Amino acid sequence: MNKAKFKSITSNGILKNNPTLRLVLGTCPTLALTASAFNAVGMGVAIIFILTLSNTIISLLRKIIPDEVRIPAYVMIIATLVTIVRMFLEKFIPTLYEAFGVFLPLIVVNCVILARAESFASKNPVLDSALDGFSTGIGCAIAMGIIGIIREILGSGSFFGIKLYDFRIEFFTSPAGAFFVYGLTIAAFNATYKAVENYIHKKNFALQLKELTKEAK
Amino acid sequence: MGTFLIIIVMAVFVNNFVVVQFLGICPFLGLSKSRINALGMGVAVTLVMTITCLITYPIYKYILVPLGIQYMEIIVFIFVIAALVQMLEKIIKKFLPALYKGMGIYLPLITTNCAVLGVAELVIDNSAMATLIGIETMNLGYSVLYGLFSGIGFLVSILLLSGLREKIDYLDLPKSFKGFPVTMVAACFMAMGFYIFNFIK
Repeated sequence: MNKAKFKSITSNGILKNNPTLRLVLGTCPTLALTASAFNAVGMGVAIIFILTLSNTIISLLRKIIPDEVRIPAYVMIIATLVTIVRMFLEKFIPTLYEAFGVFLPLIVVNCVILARAESFASKNPVLDSALDGFSTGIGCAIAMGIIGIIREILGSGSFFGIKLYDFRIEFFTSPAGAFFVYGLTIAAFNATYKAVENYIHKKNFALQLKELTKEAK
Repeated sequence: MGTFLIIIVMAVFVNNFVVVQFLGICPFLGLSKSRINALGMGVAVTLVMTITCLITYPIYKYILVPLGIQYMEIIVFIFVIAALVQMLEKIIKKFLPALYKGMGIYLPLITTNCAVLGVAELVIDNSAMATLIGIETMNLGYSVLYGLFSGIGFLVSILLLSGLREKIDYLDLPKSFKGFPVTMVAACFMAMGFYIFNFIK
């Protein structure tokens, strides 16, 4: 894998096609588990793990799985991985297992994972697919972490469980607050992304113009 | 009769599947652009959720628990749901072609709807059910009722949001706010409205 490809896959997963903030996929855990930043990041790490492995396995098997039954086959692979993660958490990190509740088995039907399997892993070699899964997962985890930090600081006055002050607005820990913060985060991300894109575009255009005028002279 | 009413109120309003429990958010945001689509998706989801509860609860209780393989539940449930959705599609296409025309395109999408797998996982979890509807010992009847009325809760909230969105689309908003962000803010106000039902108890 060359450097340009590495860069394009990672930036695609984290920025351009960020599943949480730009495509708005896999919204259920993002809304439900971001009342505390620790849970949000924990869910992000679980998604990174499952997405990387599922992309790797599906890419390895892409020539064996028949086209007509590919979706059930992908779902079975993902369900097996989720079962492994669930058993691991139940044994070693019971606090996270309790906090995730029903959203841990629901990773199976998280659209991000199936979307990456269908649109990337089923067509690309193993290393690329693994990297794609990893960077898309990182994109998810970063977005969930940001929303989690905002909601925890405003809603319970703490940062990753460390008490900052006694002031708290309970609205932000309630379901309504989840929708509110998520919506505003998407809007802010979109606006920043557009502004940066425009800036780069203008800069490139100015450079091209300079070169052209030089040539003309 | 009392329990029946409690299940209805708790499942549809107090612990609404979408705006309180955050299950089935993808179709809630994605398919609420027009009222007709929202109605079709809501009815299809309600149907599948009810039948899923009817099938997965006995499978868990009478096959997985006696054999001691509860850890297989995710794999078994998703398999059952995928097969069920496929079968329903075939049956409706054959016997009710008019209905198929209305909601046929939504059926395949339901397999990956987290509301369906969510309800199958919730009705087998006694502690979750105790907090959600206040019933500690579940049986098949309660679980099917819960499936039906949480489906109706989904239908109610997706219809409400589609009504809001038909108005929102005419607003003059900043470009980065259009689409998902403003829908989320509308859903936020809906969630605040549903919060009032918490005082019913």
